[in-house]
Amino acid sequence: MSTFRAIVFASVISGFVVGLLVTAVQQFGTVPLILKAEVFEKAADAHQHDAPATAQPAAAGHDHADHDHAAHDHGDHDRGAGDHDHGGAWEPRDGFERNAYTAAANVLTAIGFALLLAGFFAVRSGATGASVSWHEGLLWGLAGFAVFTLAPGLGLPPELPGVPSAPLLSRQIWWLAAVLATAGGLALIVFRRTVPAAISAVILLTLPHLIGAPDLANVETNVPSSLTHQFVTAVTVTSLVFWTMLGGLTSAVFARFDRGATL
Amino acid sequence: MSQSQLANAQTSAQITLPVAAGQVGRLSQAVMAMVLGVFVVGMVGFSHIDVVHNAAHDVRHSNAFPCH
Repeated sequence: MSTFRAIVFASVISGFVVGLLVTAVQQFGTVPLILKAEVFEKAADAHQHDAPATAQPAAAGHDHADHDHAAHDHGDHDRGAGDHDHGGAWEPRDGFERNAYTAAANVLTAIGFALLLAGFFAVRSGATGASVSWHEGLLWGLAGFAVFTLAPGLGLPPELPGVPSAPLLSRQIWWLAAVLATAGGLALIVFRRTVPAAISAVILLTLPHLIGAPDLANVETNVPSSLTHQFVTAVTVTSLVFWTMLGGLTSAVFARFDRGATL
Repeated sequence: MSQSQLANAQTSAQITLPVAAGQVGRLSQAVMAMVLGVFVVGMVGFSHIDVVHNAAHDVRHSNAFPCH
């Protein structure tokens, strides 16, 4: 089996399993908090828009376009108070449909991250001649957790719907910069065991936080801070579960598919 | 260098060369897969297209990807 095919097969299988498992975990952890926050978000919207917004049918439970007009980056906001969903675009109905799309998005995200992990496993096992064990894979998963959740989460903590934040694109750029700097810093520490490398690594790791994530000067929200705190914990723990499972499983499945190629 | 050593060196060169070429192939295939992975995550988590955002809304929040 070619390396590319082994990576893709291993990623699709482990991404599918981990994506579905993490969807189940989210149903108990993050999703109930998102739904609770949307109640506050909608109450705020109704207050802002008076009658037209409150007249919205309950089925439109998943919209969140018009909160936080000042900070938003969505472009399409001046559509009148009555037109109240996300840019008028399609969105899944609450309940089964919404959860089905969440599951699909989780599976795709897991496959995407598994492709990254398995790519590293392929390079690594190619260089050392030995396949990456599930335990090593788990460590790579922990690195993924640090790079994709911990580091960006320090500057941009997980956010509930209805909490205003800085313009989207600026946050996405900072998020990406934090991810790249953290990945680079960790790689320097793990693969270049010299003092100058370690010093540059620490600089790289701290730099995004010294620059600081884009933030609003004052945030007004009716979402309770206790809910936000619960959400930060739920997201971080769910992500830890996600990354350890993904690292361990992807390395084990990849080693299996790749066996023919290395021997 | 004696004749036999030379022959040995030639043999080992002949043996290591294809392995090295295989490594390059492995690296480029791994990079290709990783680019694909970045594309998938970027689409699900970061696309500004409304329909994609709405479908993946809860996942973006749950993964702490910048949302809205």
